[in-house]
Amino acid sequence: MPEQFIWGMEVFLNGLMAGVLYALVALGFVLIFKASGIFNFAQGVLALFAALTLVGIMEGQVPFSHLINAVFGTDVHYFGWNVPALGAILLTMVVMVALAWAVNQFIFRHLVGQEPIILFMATIGLAYFLEGFGDMMWGSDIKKLDVGLPQGINSAIDEVTYNIFGYGFFIDNLDLWATLVAALLVIALVLFAQFSKHGRAMRAVADDHQAALSVGISLKFIWVMVWSLAGFVALVAGIMWGTKSGVQFSLSLIALKALPVLMLGGFTSIPGAIVGGLIIGVGEKLFEFLIGAPYLGGATEIWFAYVLALVFLVFRPQGLFGEKIIERV
Amino acid sequence: MRQKLMTAAAVAMMAASPALAELTIVDTSYRTGPYAANGIPFSDGYQDYFTLLNERDGGIGGEMINLVECETGYNTEKGVECYEATKNAGDGALVYQPLSTGITYQLIPKATADGIPLHTMGYGRTSAKNGEVFKWVFNYPANYWDGASHAITHILNENGGDISGRKIALVYHNSAYGKEPIRTLENLAEKHGFELTLLPVDHPGQEQKSQWLQIRREKPDNVIMWGWGVMNQVAIQEAVNIRFPMDQFIGIWWSGSENDVKPAGDRADGYKALTFHNLGDDYPVYADIQEHVVDTGKAAGAGDQVGTVLYNRGMYAAMLAAEAVKTAQEMHGVTAISAAQMRDGMENLEMTEEKMAALGLPNFGPEFKVSCENHGGNGFGAVSQWDAEAGEFTLITDYYQSDQEIIGKLVAEDSAQFAEENGIEPGC
Repeated sequence: MPEQFIWGMEVFLNGLMAGVLYALVALGFVLIFKASGIFNFAQGVLALFAALTLVGIMEGQVPFSHLINAVFGTDVHYFGWNVPALGAILLTMVVMVALAWAVNQFIFRHLVGQEPIILFMATIGLAYFLEGFGDMMWGSDIKKLDVGLPQGINSAIDEVTYNIFGYGFFIDNLDLWATLVAALLVIALVLFAQFSKHGRAMRAVADDHQAALSVGISLKFIWVMVWSLAGFVALVAGIMWGTKSGVQFSLSLIALKALPVLMLGGFTSIPGAIVGGLIIGVGEKLFEFLIGAPYLGGATEIWFAYVLALVFLVFRPQGLFGEKIIERV
Repeated sequence: MRQKLMTAAAVAMMAASPALAELTIVDTSYRTGPYAANGIPFSDGYQDYFTLLNERDGGIGGEMINLVECETGYNTEKGVECYEATKNAGDGALVYQPLSTGITYQLIPKATADGIPLHTMGYGRTSAKNGEVFKWVFNYPANYWDGASHAITHILNENGGDISGRKIALVYHNSAYGKEPIRTLENLAEKHGFELTLLPVDHPGQEQKSQWLQIRREKPDNVIMWGWGVMNQVAIQEAVNIRFPMDQFIGIWWSGSENDVKPAGDRADGYKALTFHNLGDDYPVYADIQEHVVDTGKAAGAGDQVGTVLYNRGMYAAMLAAEAVKTAQEMHGVTAISAAQMRDGMENLEMTEEKMAALGLPNFGPEFKVSCENHGGNGFGAVSQWDAEAGEFTLITDYYQSDQEIIGKLVAEDSAQFAEENGIEPGC
């Protein structure tokens, strides 16, 4: 088998894995957009805030320690204990639910019925506030995140592919775990949306706020629930990306990787986020491998992802899995 | 009557005293934003050293230092705003350390017009080394092109002086900053016969799978990195993942702080980075900083960065600024110097081992001498290596000089082009 083809297969598989990581970020956008029509600019910052909180809890860091020390002249930074990863994840989820409540109580409750652009701008404000709040709460140093997920080359895949092709494929263990977690997450979200009472209520709100209200569904509860779910998805994305790069403020920029996925997969479809992520991941990696690096000097992935999304957009504006909205006069 | 006499005496004393002048130093810091983790230690080191001089020595030459901090967020527009807002602070800013290549490029014409010197230590416009063209810009003790040459010289030294046929890859931030070493490396590749592969990484650099898969396929012998921010951490992590030997992986000095190796943990052990100053906190000056600055609650930050790589770099920059102030004071016979006199001090700065040892910083940086023609020092640098167990970078080489034959030619070409484009008549 030609060497180029074997390498291409490795690139294809790594593209799939990268796509899963993009999809994890995109899922948070989809959940909120689906239920409330809000394009949540703050989703990347939510992932950052969740990861910062997780590391802070795991390391027993005193929140707002710089502020406390400056005001009271103390020198406290850590409680002196460490919290196991699972416990810290659960505690972080409590924080994310509290944040979801606060976001709705103090911002979106007052903006019901406003134009989508107003809601979008509110999420921009929220993003910058959360970034500063996270900085004040947990500090801006780069933090190592280790929840026990394995990293590095998967030896079994390396060995098997070497025996077959004479070249061992590189697949990162962390990416395999991300794929597994994303699959479980999507299954759980789809089951929740299709078969649970609150999931059906969420879909009803997504279809028509007024109709949902008229049958007794609490808009406030549903929005808090959806923002909490988005917070959970952000936490998962934050864990995966934060394990790779450390938890730092650049983590909020992962949202940029989700935009072409949303354009391609549609803003309202959970499976669309996954399929969109996979297409973008594979597309950008194969383009870089076949054309970008050899002929264009490399670094083509970011812009090619948007070109790919634009091509899909031209032929299917609502995205691959998005709902076509027909408004009749 | 007694009260009137006391008032008159006080007024007479005030009239008799000389006006209280100050040496205004601006710290264009970035304590917020995506690069805050790097900006905080540098700014802490920069400010703490001046605070030490104020607290321990009563300033420089009897003049207190008026330290003005302005937050840029590592944003070029904000950096320019900071410059405009602070250039007339106090008796006028003496020197700027812009801390970003983008801000530096914007400030070069402004500072030149305003007559305020810039010190762009290890960043900025490399050809500013030519003082005949860039009269107000200094980039001692080393610049990017020196750095590229230091990396190659280190690889040469590790391989018995022969690297012909060797494969060397440059993983770089796909920006003006990241592209800085390319010309130098291409010239060095021609001279030494190694094969250079260029691997750009788009900003911010969170996803680098393609580049590291290519490295895994092409198996370069060495990888040089010109990264910044999250790109550094991800690159080191990916190198670990593909089992690239860490001791064959060398980063520029902006890719060589504790922040960069922390996420990869123990597996980053052996990673190398270039530097133009020494590391750690085993120097007498740190005891003074602890006593006069940290313990008295006057530290710029939380006091938890002392001795880190970037804290040392900030402190080193402050020390060089303070020594330039002293030189200017001696040259002009005044203590309250102006920005123009500060420029003279920078242009006549000479750092010797004797001077550094007297400051409590023995062997902290290379010896160098600045002149009207040469604003970049002698191009000395060293290699550091990450010791994961000890949790610190340590120097593994002495300071050595970059390839002056190649760098000199490139500096002359680039600065001549700048002079032509801007109608500057080079000369001293």
